[in-house]
Formats: sequence, C-alpha cells, structure tokens
Amino acid sequence: MDLTIIGAAVINGILMGGIYTLVASGLTLIYGVLHIINFAHGSLLMVAMFGVFYLVTKLGMDPYLSLIVTMPTMFALGYVMYRYLIGKLSYGKDENILLITLGLSIVIENLALMFFSGDSRTISMSYSDKMFEVGPLLVGLPKVISFVAAMIMCGILGLFMSSTDTGRAIRAVAKERMGARLVGIDVDKVFAISFGLGMATLGAAASLLMPIFYVSPTTGHVFVMVAFTVVVLGGMGSFLGAVVGGLIVGLTESFGGLYLGESLGQIGISLIFILILLFRPSGLFGDKR
Amino acid sequence: MNFNRNPWALHALLLTAAIVFPFVSNSAFVINFGVLALFYAFIGQSWNIAGGFAGQLSFGHVAFFGVGAYASTIVQMRFGFNPWWGLPASALAGAVAGCLIGVISFRAGLKGSYFALITLAFAEVFRIVANSVDITGGGLGMLIPMKQTAANFQFGDRRYFYFIILTLTVLSIAVALWLKASRFGARLAAIRENEDSARALGINVFVEKIKIMTISGAIAGAGGCFFSQYFLYIDPTIVFGVDKSVEMLLVSMIGGAGTVYGPLIGAVLLAVVSELTRSMFSFQGLSLVLYGTLLVIIIAFLPNGLVELFNRKKRKEAGRLVSSAKKSGEA
Repeated sequence: MDLTIIGAAVINGILMGGIYTLVASGLTLIYGVLHIINFAHGSLLMVAMFGVFYLVTKLGMDPYLSLIVTMPTMFALGYVMYRYLIGKLSYGKDENILLITLGLSIVIENLALMFFSGDSRTISMSYSDKMFEVGPLLVGLPKVISFVAAMIMCGILGLFMSSTDTGRAIRAVAKERMGARLVGIDVDKVFAISFGLGMATLGAAASLLMPIFYVSPTTGHVFVMVAFTVVVLGGMGSFLGAVVGGLIVGLTESFGGLYLGESLGQIGISLIFILILLFRPSGLFGDKR
Repeated sequence: MNFNRNPWALHALLLTAAIVFPFVSNSAFVINFGVLALFYAFIGQSWNIAGGFAGQLSFGHVAFFGVGAYASTIVQMRFGFNPWWGLPASALAGAVAGCLIGVISFRAGLKGSYFALITLAFAEVFRIVANSVDITGGGLGMLIPMKQTAANFQFGDRRYFYFIILTLTVLSIAVALWLKASRFGARLAAIRENEDSARALGINVFVEKIKIMTISGAIAGAGGCFFSQYFLYIDPTIVFGVDKSVEMLLVSMIGGAGTVYGPLIGAVLLAVVSELTRSMFSFQGLSLVLYGTLLVIIIAFLPNGLVELFNRKKRKEAGRLVSSAKKSGEA
C-alpha cells in the first residue's frame, strides 16, 4: 500500500489517540484510582462541550481560553455531585455507583435532548482550518494543539499524584481505605476531590475538543467505550498508561478503518477491551493487585 | 385478601386481568400499548433472571436479544423456513450466545462491574459484525415482507400478537417463580449475596452462573424473534443498541430486581409514563428523564424496587438491608 496513506493513517491515529487520552485521563483518576465506574463520564463531557459552545458563540470567548471557566466549574460540579449525590446514595457499593451514574447519564442526555434538540453543533475559529505540512502530509493545527495539551495534562496529573499531599492522600485511599482513615485522612472528602479533579480534566478535554469535534446530546456515546478501553488497556491509575493506551486505541482505529473498512474497522476497540479484561486486567502499566 | 399467604390468588388475578385487557377496547392504540408493556416485561424478566436473581449485572443484554432477532429473521429470509421456526431458533441462538459469553467472562473471573463492562463490549462487537457482513443485510437491515396469515406469524388482528407475548411473559414469570422456589434458585441467591461463601458451601459457582446466563439468553433471544415479527424490520442499531440493554435493566431495577413481578411492574410503568409524556408534551426525552430519575431514587431508597411498596413486611427487611449496607459501606 502507498506509504503516504499509511503515513496519514499513523498521524491521524496518533492525533486521535491524543484526544482519547485527553478524555480518558479524567476517567483514569476516577475509575483507575478510586474504582468508581462513572458511566456518566461521556454525558458530562457532552455537558461541558455545550458549555464551551455557548461560551464561544454567545460570549465570543476563545475555546482554548474557556479552559479557565470549564475546569473550575467542572471541578465544583464533580465535587458536589459526588459529595451529595453519588457518594450518599450508593452506600459504598460498587454496583450501586454503576447504576446511579447510569441513571444520571440517562437524565443528563435526555435533558440535553429536550433543551438543545438532537442537532450537531460545531464552532469555527480563524485557525480551525490551519494546516501545516509534514513531508507530503497535511496536519490540522487544532488537532496538534489538543494532542500536545493532552500530553501536558497527563504529565501534570502524574506529577500531582506523585508529589503533592492531596495526590498522596488519593493514592493512599485507593490502596487502603481503612488505613487511610486511621492516619487521619478524610476519605469521603478525598473521594469527592478526586471526582472533582476527574471532572476538571474532562472540562479541559471539552475546551480542547470543541474546535475539532461536534457536540450533540449523544456525543458522549462516542467516547464512553473508548475511554474505558484506554483506561483498562493502559492500566488502572497510570497516566503514562493513559497516554500509551490512547495512542494504541487511536492507531488501532485508524488502521482498522484502513484495512477492514469503515464499518468492520470499528471492531478493534471493543476487541482490545474484551481481550485486555480477559487476559491482562491490570493493563499494560497498572500495578498487579 | 392476603397475597403473601396465598400467592396463587395473585397469579390468577393478574392473569385474568391480562386476558380480559385486550377486549376492553377495540382501539389499536390500547392493544399496542398492552403488547409493548408485555414485551418489555418479557425482556426485562430475561435481564432480571441473570441480574436480579443471580446478581450478574449485565450492561449488554441486548446482545442475546439481537442474536435472537437475527437468528429468526435469517432462518426465515435466507433459508426459507416457516417463520414459526424462528421462535425456537432465536431462543437457541440466544442460549448459545448467553452460554458462550458466560463461559468466556466467568472463566476469566470477571464479576460485578467488570462483567457489566465486558457484556457491553460484546454487544458492541455483535453490532459491528451485524453491520458489516452480508447475511445480515449490513447497515440496511432486513425487512420481512408483509403477508398476514397465521401460518406466516403475522396477524391482521394485533390481539393475536398480544396473546403470544402474554404466553411468553407467563412462561418467563414461571421461570422466575421456579427460581424463587427451587434449590437452583437458592444457589443463585447465595452466589449473588457472596460468591466466596457460596463456593465455600460447595456450590459450583462457575457452572451455576453459566446455566443462568444460558436461560436468560434464551429468553432474550425469543424476545428478539417476537420483536422482529411484530415490527417486521430489524437493523444493527435497533436490535444491538445500548438503549435496549438499558431499558431491560431499567424496567427490572425499577420494578424490583430479583423479584417475580418486578419487571412487569416496571414495564407497565414505563409504558404508561412514555404514553403520558408523549401525549402531554412534545419533548421526546422526557419519559426517559423521569425514568432515569426514578432509577436513582429506587437505588437510593427502595433497593428492592417498587414491588416493595406492595409488601410491608418485605419493606421492613429491606430497611434493615439498607442500614447494614450503609454500615458496611462506611467500614
């Protein structure tokens, strides 16, 4: 096959992988570290993207600048949601959290459908169509920006987890809840903070995604399965894993489309997910627990 | 009358009401309403048998439903069998799919939320395959030609469909009653409450879980056959979509997971709520907003579902369960 086509598939896969990493990094924190399966991850991303859409179209804000609004807002939303809803109502049971977040996602998606209708919305900025050349290939500038931002964000999150007190408290709670409580960590608060941080990451993802993607009430569906795959593949709680996992998933999708065709090509992500769960549930970089 | 002391009186009363229902009105709307309520009760019971009775929370139950829908339609359209053969074919296909997914997932020791996620992924794989191969008609789906004779599983009068789905639902409720009363059901309850203890008691956890997935898969498969014959059209998004998995789970959880009549109550409520909201408001999503809210409320306050409201004694027990769950959650 023509090398240019393969090169394009590689670049496209890597850039898409960056986006998946971006969406998944919040989930790595919530699912990977705290083992909360947040089924509403996709629908909350959609909410944040609608937020960005209106900040851009109504207030004329630059989508990348909207980070300073989306991140704290989503943090607060996540904190409150966990503290007063998910944590309270689940009685600490794994399955209950799964079902409650499922219920939330149904509510959020259908409310969005009522208010925004099912149409897809996009924004267009002066730099939306900026391209630059890599050899014979053209690469879109916004995609590169979100890729670089994804890498930076994973780096910051990894540093935060390893070298701040809050990060250490989160890891302590993830490893040994009782022990963490005994040394004086407020476990419920740490859970709520982690959830909030996961949501803040999602807020950032929304700001970086909006220039290159569309938003509709079902946008979340596109990302839920992919995000879980990235997290499980990379390994629970590993941010390096999220980056590698995102790249593998992006490349799989891009080459699947190239060799298996538009329809069957999508099968790769689900297959990776199944195989990883079956044969290496700790993922590529996760601790064996 | 005390239905706790004499449950057969309740069964007889409900069955009589269900038989009389399609004759109270000639309107196609009323009969269609009854068919859909029973259809959701039926596929909800399929979820309930695995998710409620055995605690195997599946998020991709639509996989078995879709396999059944395609099995019956392919048997009819591609191999020229009489459509009635679709019913056993779909139940068989659903059972095989349930058994296979069960063996693969339980072999690897997946349970709880991991099982939920892997079933979701399997349903997605099935959807993509159905969307890509020729025998299923790909993304265009399959249209079953209209030919309204009883021999062709099509009826001018929708009441026939009503009685077919009523029969299927009664059978599925019989399975649930059997699970409530039999030793097999008791073993499943033990597995649901604590798998390790169940194993320590000498229960072959793996085999029991496979059995229940097979039964549940067969029921969902038959539901797929009914769906395709009733609507005469299937495509990968309709019969393998996440929405239907969620609906199966919802009717069962809201009515009462692990109870005999939970899915029926949840399904009737779903049908009533969606008809009411559709006639009163023009928003398409409102009924699901209400339903999602209800799911959260049920999990928070009525862990055994709406069935509990009909039964005071059980409600007290559930209260104890919640408070003990609260304690263990804090520990």
